[in-house]
Amino acid sequence: MSDKYKVLYYVNQFFGQVGGEDKAGMAPEYRGEKIGPALGFEGLLNKNGEVVGTIICGDNYFNENKEKALDFILGTIKDIAPDVFVAGPAFNAGRYGVACGEISKAVAEKLNIPVVTGMYMENPGLDICKEVAYVVRTSDSAGGMRKALPIMAQIADKLAKGIEVGPPEEEGYIPRGMRKTIFVEKRGSQRAVEMLLARLKGQPFTTEMPMPVFDIVEPAPAIKDLSKATIALCTSGGIVPEGNPDHIQSASAQKWGKYDIAGRDALNAPDFYTTHGGYDPVYANEIPDRVAPLDILREFEKEGYIGKVYDFFYTTTGTGTSVSKAKEFGTQIGAELKAAGVDGVILTST
Amino acid sequence: MVKEIERYGIPIVHMATITTISESVGANRIVPTVAIPHPVGNPQLNADDEHALRKALVKKALDGLATEISQPTHFE
Repeated sequence: MSDKYKVLYYVNQFFGQVGGEDKAGMAPEYRGEKIGPALGFEGLLNKNGEVVGTIICGDNYFNENKEKALDFILGTIKDIAPDVFVAGPAFNAGRYGVACGEISKAVAEKLNIPVVTGMYMENPGLDICKEVAYVVRTSDSAGGMRKALPIMAQIADKLAKGIEVGPPEEEGYIPRGMRKTIFVEKRGSQRAVEMLLARLKGQPFTTEMPMPVFDIVEPAPAIKDLSKATIALCTSGGIVPEGNPDHIQSASAQKWGKYDIAGRDALNAPDFYTTHGGYDPVYANEIPDRVAPLDILREFEKEGYIGKVYDFFYTTTGTGTSVSKAKEFGTQIGAELKAAGVDGVILTST
Repeated sequence: MVKEIERYGIPIVHMATITTISESVGANRIVPTVAIPHPVGNPQLNADDEHALRKALVKKALDGLATEISQPTHFE
């Protein structure tokens, strides 16, 4: 036993087999056993390593109490002193991905323990940790577990043994933005000319220095006079009219909806409810304005603090929705708001 | 969505609990909210207190829209 290296594992409430959205508020716990993906993971280490325990934390708890959760998690990891720390994989789950990202970053930077996790390319947790952790590229759903775990295990095995991990494309992780000195047969000038010739001939070539892509939208100018402004309300929290007439998906949305709210004082139950499948709907179904606060905007309208609430309310479901779809929705909704002369927008997310 | 709407030159404020996601998707005006299942509400409060909290949050969002900024900004 003692000659095996130690692995410590992190999962959320779902993969930790505690429960679904109703348990997403659970505080972190340490269990001295292998739970969920940790079980299969150990089998992939070829008896060289042992998963000594699993930390489980609810996705909502982590994201709403980051400092407290990190304190507990880092403290636990420090006590156990694993050779490698493994989190996830989180696929395209946003809250889980952010948790894996924040924890991975903290473990790598504060405890100096090597970290392996797994995410889909669009996961918002990726940018948090990709420079300090090995993030294996996974599919967007848990269906990719069987494929992701062996790749994660292979990297973890190398890290624990102190073997150098190869380049991203060979090992299956997402580039960390590092450059390493390597020995090659041809000198730089020759390689550059060959690439140029390939490019001129329209042949494929691989750059040795990919340029980062920046797409920053500058802040739009502020509203000069709120009391004359028309404000539109949007949400990715899945609030829809009773019966969900446009069949907006409860996850991985393919469309958005637009509903006439002129003459409505609130998005009250049971006329409205949430179709979002990514959070516990109890509070939103009780008072949908807790997600999309039309009632409060109406109060500000009556008081003259704002000019007017725009007559239509826009809604979709944010969970599991791809970035490309979200862009498309934003482009379409933005075009309508612009044409309608809307002065400002409040967009709420769950 | 926030970013693409703002691309039209319309100021937009993102009210969200996981503000790291707001930042990573390119939101410029951000109001941190209460909790994931009830961003603009808190069922643990009594009706009056919850109303006061909700009104304060939405006011921050509106005031954020009326504030000139040059970089991503949290309105807390």
